[in-house]
Amino acid sequence: MKYSKKEYQEYLNKKSPDSNIIKDTTLAFLVGGGICVIGQGIFDLYNVLLGISEDTSRVLVSVTMIFLGALLTGLDVYGKLAKYAGGGTLVPITGFANAIVSPAMEFKKEGLVLGLAAKMFVIAGPVLVYGITASAIAGIIYFFLRFVGVLV
Amino acid sequence: MRKRIGRQTAEIDNAYIVSSGAIVGEKEGKGPLADYFDIVLPDNEWNEKTWEKTESKMQREAVKLATRKGGVDLSCVDRVFGGDLLNQCISAGFGLRELDIPFYGIYGACSTMIEGLSLSAQVIDGGFCDMAVAVTSSHFCTAERQYRNPLEYGGQRTPSAQWTVTGAGAAVVSRDVGNIGIKHITTGKIVDMGIKDANNMGGAMAPAAYDTIKAHFEETGMSPDKYDLIITGDLGKIGAEILVELLNKDGIDISKNYKDCGCMIYDIEEQDVHAGASGCGCIASVLCGYLLPEMEKGNIKSLLAVGTGALLSQTSSLQGESVPGVAHAVGFKRRENI
Repeated sequence: MKYSKKEYQEYLNKKSPDSNIIKDTTLAFLVGGGICVIGQGIFDLYNVLLGISEDTSRVLVSVTMIFLGALLTGLDVYGKLAKYAGGGTLVPITGFANAIVSPAMEFKKEGLVLGLAAKMFVIAGPVLVYGITASAIAGIIYFFLRFVGVLV
Repeated sequence: MRKRIGRQTAEIDNAYIVSSGAIVGEKEGKGPLADYFDIVLPDNEWNEKTWEKTESKMQREAVKLATRKGGVDLSCVDRVFGGDLLNQCISAGFGLRELDIPFYGIYGACSTMIEGLSLSAQVIDGGFCDMAVAVTSSHFCTAERQYRNPLEYGGQRTPSAQWTVTGAGAAVVSRDVGNIGIKHITTGKIVDMGIKDANNMGGAMAPAAYDTIKAHFEETGMSPDKYDLIITGDLGKIGAEILVELLNKDGIDISKNYKDCGCMIYDIEEQDVHAGASGCGCIASVLCGYLLPEMEKGNIKSLLAVGTGALLSQTSSLQGESVPGVAHAVGFKRRENI
């Protein structure tokens, strides 16, 4: 072939179509924002309409959104929405629910223990590991800064 | 008699296609070639509990279908060459176990169909057996599970991504003279141009197809116009364009009689498959369901079929490896044109 490896890679890059950045980011913005608006609406439902305290309402919103994310994944709706929404449906809580429920559904065929339970965190695992680790490190730094009096 | 005509190419004198059969899924049954397939599945499961079992069933039924169409009893088949995309080729192993035919498991990724036909032609023409079957399959759900994400997961696919075909194809090859003769086989080398994007397989495999096609024409001394049709398995829209350009740079013009099965089995505009189809079942179902029957009818007199495979795995991609490609070729000619 007349191309070297590097030349071929550059050539392929030029020939491969790029994603439509404007369409993708706009849809992600609209759907992601829309999901957050729904979350706010549910908060108002609990807090304002049903008179539940603010702290409890916040927890209830998370629970409700997780439920909805899981339900829509089970009904095969979430994946279809994500095809257009991209980053917008990756939004934590609903996206996280989808990332856990989808492998759980898929790997049930390999049994409840080594299939469903073992593979359930195959997508969301890194979020848990690095999210929890980052928060622990942040907590240690915060504690230290308070200890030396930099923060109060 | 010496059959070697080059390092990669051999001439075949006594191997003919008896019959072939193709089984496809719903999406393929809605595509441009829908009417040509023998069986279109009603859903992804075909009455099986898991998709892996479905794919095994597809291979088994494809072999039974092809042999039935050729009036051949399974006990007359001396060898079956079978493979697929799943780890340890379980679709072939579990699918073909009941058929009681001496079995060679092979792996060429999406080039497996052509690899199987190439090997069948060689063992038959070499006098080692009288009849062989080449079979392969792929299933969208089993492939997604193994290579990518759970089906219900909300992820987006890139523009260069290809859709794995749910399909199985089987072809019966025999020493007995038939209408379609296998005239040449060209064995591909593994070609790796360092492409790391597992979502751009067409682009990764095109250099392998280029290498094999070039060797085929150089070693046989033929020019592309000696074939009515040249096909590749699943380079997709991007890979197909690249192949034509790469060959053109070397003075080999296939632009007038070249098609890619990955662009034939789906309506790229309507069926939302991005760059086209992929999977072992792609060239298998198009060849066994459409092209070989067209040759049998006399509508195509000569065909160069080039299966293209990407030899990556999930592990290799995660470890930062590139995508190596391989392409195998089989040249078919109608009996009267040999």
